[in-house]
Amino acid sequence: MTAQELPIHGDADVVRVRQAVRALAIEAKLSLVDQTKLVTAASELARNTLTYGGGGSATIERVENGTRAGVRALFHDDGPGIADLALALRDGYTSGGGLGLGLGGAKRLVDAFEIRSEPGRGTTVTVTKWAR
Amino acid sequence: MERIPVLKIGDTLLVSIQTDLHDQMVLALQEDLADRIAATGARGVLIDISGLEIVDSFAGRMLAAIAGISKILDAETVVVGMRPAVAITLVELGLSLNGIKTALDVERGLRLLS
Ligand SMILES: Nc1ncnc2c1ncn2[C@@H]1O[C@H](COP(=O)(O)OP(=O)(O)O)[C@@H](O)[C@H]1O
Ligand SMILES: [Mg+2]
Repeated sequence: MTAQELPIHGDADVVRVRQAVRALAIEAKLSLVDQTKLVTAASELARNTLTYGGGGSATIERVENGTRAGVRALFHDDGPGIADLALALRDGYTSGGGLGLGLGGAKRLVDAFEIRSEPGRGTTVTVTKWAR
Repeated sequence: MERIPVLKIGDTLLVSIQTDLHDQMVLALQEDLADRIAATGARGVLIDISGLEIVDSFAGRMLAAIAGISKILDAETVVVGMRPAVAITLVELGLSLNGIKTALDVERGLRLLS
């Protein structure tokens, strides 16, 4: 299935990413609660891409695993990266003025969560949610 | 920029958030509300979020900020109309909305404020 790449350079882009993820989640027949969880996770990650990564992109696609349908979303930036991933994932940790719930919360809201980051080399976060 | 309207019913200011919020709209709303509370002496602020399909930590922080500003200006805030799927998601996200009063709908919210 073809992936869509969406730019994230302003807060209107965060809204567009949410809408595109919602559309795919509906296509993949995720339940309303699962759609809401995935879109919320995507919103957190898109905002991080914008705020901390200095902008980047979201690549979203429908995925299949045997008979199961799902949605995968990858967020990428070439920003400063994250030196201490465990710390960044901890609830309540923020280096900005946030609530520090974005990364940890997004991880709880999806079925699969992967983060790759190195100082000076940007950040890539991939999340997947499957229909039940 | 689109602004979110603030209505006055008796001593209460009513804000109905129906569209997906952009950051600039949120900041404008905080200012408008603070001005209107000061100008009208309103004692309550009712925020209807039944139109919101998601509440992420940014929106949660915004609701908490509005409640905080209102409180300093001697008005109480009640958030109403949260969709069930949003409530379930908020809990898992870890957002407690501590210190923010909630009610199921506008009618109950108004009762809570009176
Ligand atoms: N894309 C990113 N690039 C660099 N740092 C990031 C990125 N995403 C998250 N971080 C770091 O991880 C911290 C925690 O992120 P998060 O849990 O979303 O909380 P918040 O956004 O409220 O700060 C951020 O404060 C920031 O230091
Ligand atoms: Mg965040």
